[in-house]
Amino acid sequence: MADVNRGNRPLSPHLQVYRPQLTSITSILTRITGIALLAGAVLVVWWFLAAASGPEYFAFADGVITSWIGDLVMFGSVWALWYHTLAGVRHLVWDTGRGFDLTTATQMAWGVIIGSVALAIFTVVVI
Amino acid sequence: MAFLTDRKRASGLGSAHKGTQHFWSMTVSSVGLLVLVPLFVFTFGPMLGKPYEEVIAMFSRPFPAVIAGLTIAVGMMHFKNGVQVAIEDYTSGLTRKILIIAMICLSYALAAIGLFSIARIAL
Repeated sequence: MADVNRGNRPLSPHLQVYRPQLTSITSILTRITGIALLAGAVLVVWWFLAAASGPEYFAFADGVITSWIGDLVMFGSVWALWYHTLAGVRHLVWDTGRGFDLTTATQMAWGVIIGSVALAIFTVVVI
Repeated sequence: MAFLTDRKRASGLGSAHKGTQHFWSMTVSSVGLLVLVPLFVFTFGPMLGKPYEEVIAMFSRPFPAVIAGLTIAVGMMHFKNGVQVAIEDYTSGLTRKILIIAMICLSYALAAIGLFSIARIAL
């Protein structure tokens, strides 16, 4: 074991050593949106807690969430929510063993990007 | 072997012996959220910025209250399991343990606060 090469082993494919592709970017965005949604979840739970606490505190929390910075976070959250949802559907399709060929994978990647933006704008317009 | 399903054969393998169950719990919660998320977005969303009385009246009704409670509870359990995999992928050692424990505590805390608040509004 003494002559084992410990310093210069090949790296496993990772973000830094891989050329960015549509499929890899949409994949890592799934994880980023999933983690970022924690911010939206905290705000929503806080809003419910404020509503359960009484009118004064609710007015404060509701004011924060509907301020311009709150609107920005909530719009980001709703886009992240739709992105993560559509990307999750893509994973459910992959889990059945379908859709791994490049054409289908690329089409689904564009579907997730365009679909999430369209759904986010639709949600804001309807609400 | 022909009588065993693919999942049954994978069950219990791997270093933690729990990967298959973890994967299955993510699948179940993701399908559940696929139904819950649209219902929640379009019942909760319009209530942002509405007067206090209107919000209380809305979440005193069974359907919006149950949808909101389920979305927060199932969503936080989905987050707990999902973020654990992300932490395991990018960190190691003590940092990994601290982050996983912190995220599990945070997930249960948010779910509990959400459910308590909705129950208090609805009842």
